[in-house]
Amino acid sequence: MPVKKAAAGAPTESVQLVPLRYLAHARSGDKGDTANVGVIALEPEYWPVLLREVTRERVARHFGDMVSAVQRFELPNLRALNFLLHGALDGGGTLSLKTDAQGKVYSTALLRMEIPVSAPIAATLLSRHAP
Amino acid sequence: MTRSIRVAAGQGFWGDWLEAPVRQVTDGPVDYLMMDYLAEVTMSIMQKQKGRNPAMGYARDFPQVMERILPTMVERGIRVTSNAGGVNPRGCAEAVLDAARRAGLAGKVRVGLVTGDDILDRLDDLIARGHALADMDTGRPLSDIRDKVLSANAYIGMAPIVQALDQGANVVITGRVTDTGLTLGPLVHEFGWDPVDWDRIAAGTVAGHIIECGAQASGGNLLKDWRTVTGLENPGFPIAEVSEDGSFVITKHPGTGGVVNVASVTEQLVYEMGDPRSYITPDGVADFTTIQLRQAGKDRVAVSGISGGPRTDMLKVSIAWFYGYKAIGTLVYSWPDAFEKARAADAILRKRLSALGLEFEQILTEYVGVDATHGPLAGPPDPDLPEVQLRVGVRARDKAPVERFTREIAPLVLTGPPSVTGFAGGRPQVEEIVAYWPALVDRREIEPHVKVEILEA
Repeated sequence: MPVKKAAAGAPTESVQLVPLRYLAHARSGDKGDTANVGVIALEPEYWPVLLREVTRERVARHFGDMVSAVQRFELPNLRALNFLLHGALDGGGTLSLKTDAQGKVYSTALLRMEIPVSAPIAATLLSRHAP
Repeated sequence: MTRSIRVAAGQGFWGDWLEAPVRQVTDGPVDYLMMDYLAEVTMSIMQKQKGRNPAMGYARDFPQVMERILPTMVERGIRVTSNAGGVNPRGCAEAVLDAARRAGLAGKVRVGLVTGDDILDRLDDLIARGHALADMDTGRPLSDIRDKVLSANAYIGMAPIVQALDQGANVVITGRVTDTGLTLGPLVHEFGWDPVDWDRIAAGTVAGHIIECGAQASGGNLLKDWRTVTGLENPGFPIAEVSEDGSFVITKHPGTGGVVNVASVTEQLVYEMGDPRSYITPDGVADFTTIQLRQAGKDRVAVSGISGGPRTDMLKVSIAWFYGYKAIGTLVYSWPDAFEKARAADAILRKRLSALGLEFEQILTEYVGVDATHGPLAGPPDPDLPEVQLRVGVRARDKAPVERFTREIAPLVLTGPPSVTGFAGGRPQVEEIVAYWPALVDRREIEPHVKVEILEA
């Protein structure tokens, strides 16, 4: 995955976009028509980045029409964020016709999101994930 | 000297690995085996089975596995707590008693049967007395769908399990007891925890939450460094080793596969989480933002610091109701132009359904290999995909259009785009949809009806 220059309006030139999966792991589940995604920092130093960059608004934009509303909760003790993705499961439970009716892989769908990180962190992540 | 109690998870859902409970009681020391069978959808499935045969409606795997392991459990003094009873706990208890007798354990097994969660026969009375039992998600009152209700069960907590254990039961069988109550019950029984000691109640609840999905806490379905998780051909299911003060260690038997580390426990902690500050159960409210995790050795994670708050006045009710019908049909298209062929087939199918005048609440098309798991986030597919599975689902209140849909898939093989296969399974099945209606009810309406009986083999 090539790293792109940050979008216009980003604070400095030294910020780069990287896939969230380089910084976090995740698990998801369901409650009715709501999917939850727990996003967990892979390293302690990534936690402040998650806290700052993986915002409710950005996650809502990432999923677009796939969800009707997003809530975010913080668990600093676990260096984790929990997202509730409402209306994500096409009715949920037994009603849903989706392959992922129980939201099991919304986790990896969220990890596709690209987030801005500082150049030094980006360099480390890139070298670690170099093909 | 500090005493600890080892509660072992033997089953994470109905259909989980059948060898797990056997391994848990034979591969090392445990005090309790906790067998969780019930998910939201499971109660609906059990209700369907009971509708066809009134003797069914519970996890039939459970008496079978009990027959295999009861001799070991009796010999080692291991006791089991399980919500395998589903919508027919009495039928399940009787099957276990039969299994115990067949295993030569007559006179040595006491089954604690917990009933009172089933409120189907009481719904009209409850509604008449002003309990709306409104859908927690939509706010609609239950009276809207009253004539379609198939089952209704209140989620009850650990209290009847404690009572059954106090009375010497070695197998406790319940209906809709919470997953976490199956772990908390043995702890309250063993340590004599005060049921209003909210921090300890929360700690036992968190222990239950971590182990209730079986190996999902010990290396199964673990995303972080998944390639490094080895030995999953013999996964070690999790064990909570709990101390009197409520702190505990999550571990697994030596020599088993998988891994117990901070990542595996954290992934399970966030699974199916809502607001982490208030994980609500009938027994109390746990604050997940207080949980501290520490790697305390190989395959040992120490969990401490948990605080909780008082239980609420309401219990959750799980209501299953008849909604309608659905069917899902699939066909596989091969290279070249696999995705394009699948899309063309979908367009033809939809025109035929429309020309037949069939009405559906929804027609959903997914292309497995392209967008079935991540939707549009997956981006445009590789133009050279070796194959794509067309997967079309329909849902309707009436059976007729769904039935007709199931006859429109196979014809596409000879009347649609080329290089299609994967239809050997025959026509899609029409499935009845039993939907889930979550509601709340005043706990004072439920608790006086909860009953514990001791049945002897």
